[in-house]
Amino acid sequence: MADLAVPLPADTGSIGLEASGPRGPKPRHVFSRRNIFLYGTLIVVALYYLLPLYVMVVTSLKGMPEIRLGNIFSPPLEITFEPWVKAWSSACTGLNCDGLSRGFWNSVRITVPSVILSIAIASVNGYALANWRFKGADTFFVILIVGAFIPYQVMIYPIVIILREIGLYGSLSGLVIVHSIFGMPILTLLFRNYFTSMPEELFRAARVDGAGFWGIYFRIMLPMSLPIFVVAIILQVTGIWNDFLFGVVYTRPDTYPMTVQLNNIVNSVQGVKEYNVNMAATILTGLVPLVVYFVSGKLFVRGIAAGAVKG
Amino acid sequence: MTRLENPSVSIQDLSLNFGAISVLETLNIDVAEGEFIVLLGPSGCGKSTLLNCIAGLLDVSDGRIFIKGKNVTWEEPKDRGIGMVFQSYALYPQMTVEKNLSFGLRVAGIPKDEIAKRIARAAEILQIEPLLQRKPSALSGGQRQRVAIGRALVRDVDVFLFDEPLSNLDAKLRAELRVEIKLLHSKLQNTMIYVTHDQIEAMTLADRIAVMKGGVIQQLDAPQKIYNRPVNRFVAGFLGSPAMNFLDGRLEKNDGNWHFAVEDVRIPLATYAFEKEPVPGAAVFGIRPEHVAFNSGSGWPFTATANVVVVEPMGSDTLVWLKLGNQNFTVRVTSERTPNNADTVSIGFDPMRASLFDAATGNRL
Repeated sequence: MADLAVPLPADTGSIGLEASGPRGPKPRHVFSRRNIFLYGTLIVVALYYLLPLYVMVVTSLKGMPEIRLGNIFSPPLEITFEPWVKAWSSACTGLNCDGLSRGFWNSVRITVPSVILSIAIASVNGYALANWRFKGADTFFVILIVGAFIPYQVMIYPIVIILREIGLYGSLSGLVIVHSIFGMPILTLLFRNYFTSMPEELFRAARVDGAGFWGIYFRIMLPMSLPIFVVAIILQVTGIWNDFLFGVVYTRPDTYPMTVQLNNIVNSVQGVKEYNVNMAATILTGLVPLVVYFVSGKLFVRGIAAGAVKG
Repeated sequence: MTRLENPSVSIQDLSLNFGAISVLETLNIDVAEGEFIVLLGPSGCGKSTLLNCIAGLLDVSDGRIFIKGKNVTWEEPKDRGIGMVFQSYALYPQMTVEKNLSFGLRVAGIPKDEIAKRIARAAEILQIEPLLQRKPSALSGGQRQRVAIGRALVRDVDVFLFDEPLSNLDAKLRAELRVEIKLLHSKLQNTMIYVTHDQIEAMTLADRIAVMKGGVIQQLDAPQKIYNRPVNRFVAGFLGSPAMNFLDGRLEKNDGNWHFAVEDVRIPLATYAFEKEPVPGAAVFGIRPEHVAFNSGSGWPFTATANVVVVEPMGSDTLVWLKLGNQNFTVRVTSERTPNNADTVSIGFDPMRASLFDAATGNRL
């Protein structure tokens, strides 16, 4: 649509065509209406989303007297890191006064095994569904996918009973199992679609070469699917880290994940509301997913595009 | 069908259904030791499916497969003594060429020095020694396909299976690799089964061609035989480019001589070798464009005049489209004697080289 006028070759002057006509790329103006509209919209939307974050950061760096002045948008007159330290190591939730650090380590102890376990199982699931078309594979897949559409809340109570019966209620390993199970539908779908998009002849070649189920998985498929593993890790780390519902239902106060603990700090009803500590605690809790997104941004988009959309 | 004495590969009553759809129907074929068989047919004819069945990548619905006299119907692909070359090369992208070649051997637990020896031999035969440390992504299409052939080569197999190995290459490379595959076959003397939809590949490579349609082998014969004496109209039309001319008409007997009557033209069939005693009725007369000559004058059993419609120069020769009565007719001539559009020309041919088919069944008469 840009260049309707075909650039004329240089020597066309000799046959009477206009020699000074348009040639080469069509010039574009930086301040065209299109650009102003496009970038204007982007800037406004970005500001709209960033403003709350700005308020949080600014407030967390102020002392309480300054907050009480009520100018929530003004930058801190006197920068203090006191609220951050307090949020991390001495904010009280119930009887415990060791801050968010306890919740942080709980969350780590929940997230790491859940991520590893769920991805390990889901990738093999997806691989089997994509490449080893066993009898009833489609039925199995449909059942698994239906799982993704059932609201979690429906299943909370049955799972409480199951965990109680097998003696894992309230323990971290119980929560790890719950997270792994609930990650299964979406992760299996992700891996299945990714493996389906890989050339089937590769799989056949490996079979002719004599590799079996695990041989093909570990030696052919795994090395080729790094992007989708990164995507799965991002999905799971952020999802499990941000989880509140399962955390509050299936753990006890001393094993609460960070999100639950944050809630307890922020929502405590007695005493003065320490807005700066609350803000610092919130940012601390959100830091892990934030870092994950920033570090992996490009890979994340690529993997989503490669794996989730197709099929 | 006739059975061979000691076939390298023997397919017996092979059937394959996907649900209600029958892809292969009680198919029988014997491949001799060291023979180069080409499975030729349009897409969807079941030729690749048959190859995958032989390779063990698809379970058969019925029938048996023997390789080297051993019933391998239930065997895993690796235990069948086959090597396979795929259309998309199917090289493992994360491995170097050397690792690609050795993968199957490493899986099989073959000692390292033996692996090195076999790779060296395959690399020498295929002239890919300088590429051994490269990744497949750093290779050209022709090089990749060479490596893919090498992967079958190092496994020291009895039977090579090729699944349209040249279809992903451009025309020039295709011709080059075609010759290389032929050389490879004459050097190795392995049994090779080669699937393609390209008739040139089939004609040039095959000892015998199996022309397939709808999961059934239409004709299994030497290339020249298939080209000159196709058993039915499908085979006649599928092989040959430009395609054979078909004239719809009637088979008649006048004064004790058989004629083929198309509109007001009568083609004498004195020189035609009938398969069996013919009966008068509707028939199709087929003759290849290169078996027709221009301005032949006398000496031809049949001559006629026709109008030139289109002239297509193709470099080495020229294709002339004619109207013979109301039917389209093409003639292939050398480039020197090309008529102009709308000329009226006289043509001649010998019905000995023609093929007659039953109009209803399409079978050769």
